[in-house]
Amino acid sequence: MTPLTQRERTKIPRQKMPEQDPIVRRGNFNEVALGFTEELALAEANRCLQCERPHCVEGCPVGVLIPQFIRALREGDMVGAVAAMKVKNSLPAICGRVCPQETQCESRCVLGKKGQPVAIGRLERFVGDYELARRTCPLERKPATGKKVAVVGTGPAGLTCAVDVAREGHEVVMFESLHAPGGVLIYGIPEFRLPKSVVQAEIDYAVECLGIQIHTDHVIGRTLTLNELLAEYDAVFLGTGAGLPSFMRIPGINYNGVMSANEFLTRVNLMKGYLFPEYDTPVKVGRKVAVIGAGNVAMDAARCALRLQTLQGKGGEVHIVYRRSRDEVPARAEEVHHAEEEGVIFDFLTNPVEILGDEKGNVRGMRCIRMELGEPDASGRRSPVPVPGSEFDMDVDMVIFALGTSPNPLVFVDAEGLQRTKHGTVVVKDEETGRTTMPRVWAGGDVVTGAATVVSAMGAGKRAAADINRYLAGVVVDW
Amino acid sequence: MYRILEKQVLSDVTKLMVVEAPHVARKARAGQFVIVRIDEHGERIPLTIADYDREAGTITLIFQEVGKSTKHLGTLNVGDALATLAGPLGHPTEIANYGTVVCVGGGVGIAPIFPIARSLKEAGNHVVSIIGARTRDLLFWEDRMRAVSDELIVCTDDGSYGRKALVTEPLKELLEARGKEIARVWAIGPAIMMKFVSLTTKPFGIPTIVSLNTIMIDGTGMCGGCRVLLEEGAQFVCVDGPEFDGHKVDWDNLLARLSFYRDEERLALERWEHECRLEGVLKEQEATR
Repeated sequence: MTPLTQRERTKIPRQKMPEQDPIVRRGNFNEVALGFTEELALAEANRCLQCERPHCVEGCPVGVLIPQFIRALREGDMVGAVAAMKVKNSLPAICGRVCPQETQCESRCVLGKKGQPVAIGRLERFVGDYELARRTCPLERKPATGKKVAVVGTGPAGLTCAVDVAREGHEVVMFESLHAPGGVLIYGIPEFRLPKSVVQAEIDYAVECLGIQIHTDHVIGRTLTLNELLAEYDAVFLGTGAGLPSFMRIPGINYNGVMSANEFLTRVNLMKGYLFPEYDTPVKVGRKVAVIGAGNVAMDAARCALRLQTLQGKGGEVHIVYRRSRDEVPARAEEVHHAEEEGVIFDFLTNPVEILGDEKGNVRGMRCIRMELGEPDASGRRSPVPVPGSEFDMDVDMVIFALGTSPNPLVFVDAEGLQRTKHGTVVVKDEETGRTTMPRVWAGGDVVTGAATVVSAMGAGKRAAADINRYLAGVVVDW
Repeated sequence: MYRILEKQVLSDVTKLMVVEAPHVARKARAGQFVIVRIDEHGERIPLTIADYDREAGTITLIFQEVGKSTKHLGTLNVGDALATLAGPLGHPTEIANYGTVVCVGGGVGIAPIFPIARSLKEAGNHVVSIIGARTRDLLFWEDRMRAVSDELIVCTDDGSYGRKALVTEPLKELLEARGKEIARVWAIGPAIMMKFVSLTTKPFGIPTIVSLNTIMIDGTGMCGGCRVLLEEGAQFVCVDGPEFDGHKVDWDNLLARLSFYRDEERLALERWEHECRLEGVLKEQEATR
């Protein structure tokens, strides 16, 4: 077979990922995107032009060797594709599913200038899933150094850091406050977007290959404190995320039926509330649900609510209520698209001012006000301002707040010297190293940035790991 | 896995378990709680730490069987294990020498009031304790409470043991007789009891601390399901509490929130009891075959 010319490659259309039909999938929690077949993956991989100076890599927070893995894939060398992937990314089956590729690698692809970019994320997932099923290329570990590193938090930042530190031969012990590892990958992101079996398999794989220990049920700040960890370990990485939910300061937030997206999603995902009563934790869903906010978490909550309405035979409506307009929606494009396909209703330029309750203390409605966009604010987005006299009542019986989260302050008990910003996030002296103001303590992910993406947390975990490895090797030890 | 080393039946519906949990025992203090899961399908159950033994690495849990999970927990025996156990969670009780203090424990609330009364006694307080329950069979630890109290009043709602009264009656008499010398009141028990204790002490202006047991999931500040309305706004029981100034709590909101999942709780219990009966029938059939 003669190789394709560049011109021929540009003629291949971007391959569609098979998906569950929207009507069917809103009645189940199975994965929506079904993954490329080998045939689709090969066709898509053949679109890549193998640029000499690949911009896609610059768009990736962990710097995945994108042209290399795609080249190996299309040459039929799956083991080589996995090996190229694992140089930079130890959790490809996860990233391939949840990264916002359209604003990262794929946004830099040259094909995107005239047509559609290479579906890098879908190819990454294909390679990740291949490896989980076959385990061709286990992570290798250097000889033991005798150094011990504690990693607090088992989400994307912690897992990535743990893997890279353990590969260097250091002993790694991870601490998780919940009963299962994975952080937001387990409690936050729903099964239909990221199957828990995939997360578990990625964690198991890393743990088995590298001898990482995970202590669940350990709440740092309570069970053990940061200072106690420092007494026992040579280095500590904080990847505790941003777990603290925010509620609006409006009347009525304590009526029954008002909850944080964290509570709703934790009940559904971590506790498997959608399988109640087979699983013990119940989750209620309203007949008319309003989700406040329009980030990825809001989309997840709205889509879970739709599914629960269908499963519980209720029917009903789910609204996304957002104070800005469609152009400012912060969620991944694919999530918004999927939510709309499934029937989520979007109410833009709308903001709640009060939650209304009945005599039993249950939600019976939500008073809102119309908004319009004014001057750009500090974030560069046009700030929404209320339209006077435009209040109206929405008929809802459940309100879920998905307004972003901040770091849980529990971990900072007994951690004098660890500087934090006024938003509660940890100050790092240098983003490239993740070093905090407390010697031998590194931090990365949402605990530093506030709520962001899985892959940016992974990038921070990776950079911190590199610096921990340098530090433990005796390089750049001055704090 | 966290092994159960000892089990005592304190009443028909109240069980005590000593559980191996060295990671919790080494830090536990009066007023804190843990979250346990029975098995992989289990919910996260918040339970107050009734006692702990740092050297043995054990904690003591006391619970009342009210729903599916606590009834299921009650069927476990020595040698069985809990799937998961996290803690110690929440702020410990602020122990100091306040002078004369009153500790009120109602029903299963006697268990968590005990380590508080003991710590207050050790700190030099004159401890007056009032314990009560609906009926005699639900009372326990009278001897232990007596050992850590300078004065102890025992009552039952139905008069089957001790004085026939709600805990608020002797409390009110105490406040009327010696109100000025009482520095603080602690009250732990059913929400409705804590509400009325708070209402009783409020006219006397005596600081009253209650320990709230709301619906929780993670118990670490992540979900906010446990939030309670105070005068100053909503707070999380799991990380801001579990102890609060009883005079500032919006009790009606708290009681409404506690009942939110009543239908689901009933369904889970019925289903579980049905399964238990089925299992019983199957075992009988097996035995007669």
